[in-house]
Amino acid sequence: MEIKDIGKLAALSRINLPDSEKESLLKEMDAILAYVDQVKEATAAQSAAVALHKPFSRNIFREDAEPHPAGAFNEALLESSPDRQGQYIKVKKIL
Amino acid sequence: MINLKDLTIKKAHEHLKKGDFSPQELTAAYLKNIESKNKDLHIYLEVFEDALEKSKTISKFDSPMSGIPVALKDNMLIKGKISSSGSKILENYIATYDSFVASKLQETGAIILGRTNMDEFAMGSSTENSAYGVTKNPYDPERVPGGSSGGSAAAIAADLALASLGSDTGGSIRQPAAFCGVVGLKPTYGRVSRRGLMALASSLDQIGPFTKTVEDAEIFYNLIQGKDSLDSTSLKIGEGNSKAAPKKMKIGVPYHFMEDVNEEVMKNFKEAVSKLESLGHEVKEIKLPNVKYSLAVYYIIMPAEASSNLARYDGVKFGYHQEGGNLLEDYLLTRGSGFGKEPRRRIMLGTYVLSSGYYDAYYGRANEVANLIKADFERAFEEVDVVLTPTTASPAFKIGEKAADPVAMYLSDVFTVPANITGLPSISIPSGFTEVDGKKLPLGIQFTAPFLAENFLFEIGKQFEGSNK
Repeated sequence: MEIKDIGKLAALSRINLPDSEKESLLKEMDAILAYVDQVKEATAAQSAAVALHKPFSRNIFREDAEPHPAGAFNEALLESSPDRQGQYIKVKKIL
Repeated sequence: MINLKDLTIKKAHEHLKKGDFSPQELTAAYLKNIESKNKDLHIYLEVFEDALEKSKTISKFDSPMSGIPVALKDNMLIKGKISSSGSKILENYIATYDSFVASKLQETGAIILGRTNMDEFAMGSSTENSAYGVTKNPYDPERVPGGSSGGSAAAIAADLALASLGSDTGGSIRQPAAFCGVVGLKPTYGRVSRRGLMALASSLDQIGPFTKTVEDAEIFYNLIQGKDSLDSTSLKIGEGNSKAAPKKMKIGVPYHFMEDVNEEVMKNFKEAVSKLESLGHEVKEIKLPNVKYSLAVYYIIMPAEASSNLARYDGVKFGYHQEGGNLLEDYLLTRGSGFGKEPRRRIMLGTYVLSSGYYDAYYGRANEVANLIKADFERAFEEVDVVLTPTTASPAFKIGEKAADPVAMYLSDVFTVPANITGLPSISIPSGFTEVDGKKLPLGIQFTAPFLAENFLFEIGKQFEGSNK
């Protein structure tokens, strides 16, 4: 990874990062990635064994029914937004 | 005067029923302790002003948790109270609903004393990553209490609550429990509803109790476990668990995984093994060939899921907002200054491992290796009833000691992470002390049981605890 990659990742993550932090972050990310690279060591033979193993988690869906009354939480949610206008959360113009 | 030091949930319940003291007197005793100790130890971020008032309304003790003063980690919602997850980005966030655990506690008449300090968004092993300052270990204030649920663990050790809740994504209940000399339980994935728990890594997170005894942990666990229709991952009470816990167990120890354990910890661990053998249990060596990859797997899956879960903190819907020239700048500035260093690092790491071209090599691979680790444990449980290791490789470290080296900090969770990767239930139990620089520091051992077999942990835990008395 290079310094410019750190800048790119920060932008993708929607995080404003001061230049002064990029150098140390680069070193830390490199160290962490070097450490997690160990997962690549586990052999292909072992992976074949895994294919036989039943997955531990599965998707659970709920019925599309029993909605809460319309507007029941509006006021509480609007109240917690940084800026509101009437019944809307106020944001800056996008286009 | 109520003797808080020797009090347990079990004993307090009996005293409350007999009328030896009232919930109000008990709550007042804890509040008094908090007033004198919290300033130095920094365990609570907020003590609730209505706790004493609420305690006056409790007069029935149908549940063993009725009238019991408890503390909640700052990432569990309590309607109308601030819940900040130890982060600046939620410094002004007021919960709009109750978490499952908070509503269970309130229904049963437990008294919630306040919210405890934690590493920001549960990212850390020491509480040093809290935006509100570090919590001190009650045994040595120069040392960390562990983390991320450090405040909840220290609250029990310092008698600032009789029981508390934490969340455990990679060891965040068991590691601080070991550092603070208390019992910490991470139940099976899905045993306790996470409704209203701020998500770190959704495939790993689990809520569990801190208590002084294993019996108390069982009491607290029984209250909070069970199906919640609003958390689709939660399991029905008793689901899949029919096997009674054997009185004499076969205990497996993966010695090959314990090479980096500190000498004093190893000595303490061997003493624990001898005790278990003298109680009639059979302790044997087992192999978990892929368990050494657990931490590497964890530091891919966790940041990947965290980077997605933390996308909601954008300065638009709730919480902290930093004004920029346009909407994108609002996001960048809010997240750049609202998140501390560790969440920023993990969000970026997660973004990296999930990005196109790297996804298969990291996230895909990590999930495959996670399955290998699960298969290792399944094979082990054909031979043994529980797996035993130290909870941590060393006692509590000094504040600042590992702050500059993230990998060294991450390594402090080496023994706790496998239970999260596999979803297995796991408990840390105090196993004695070691002396460092003239200070007595607690140590813990950790039992891990098969899927849904919390009853095995309670059985072996109570026996081990009994042998220490």
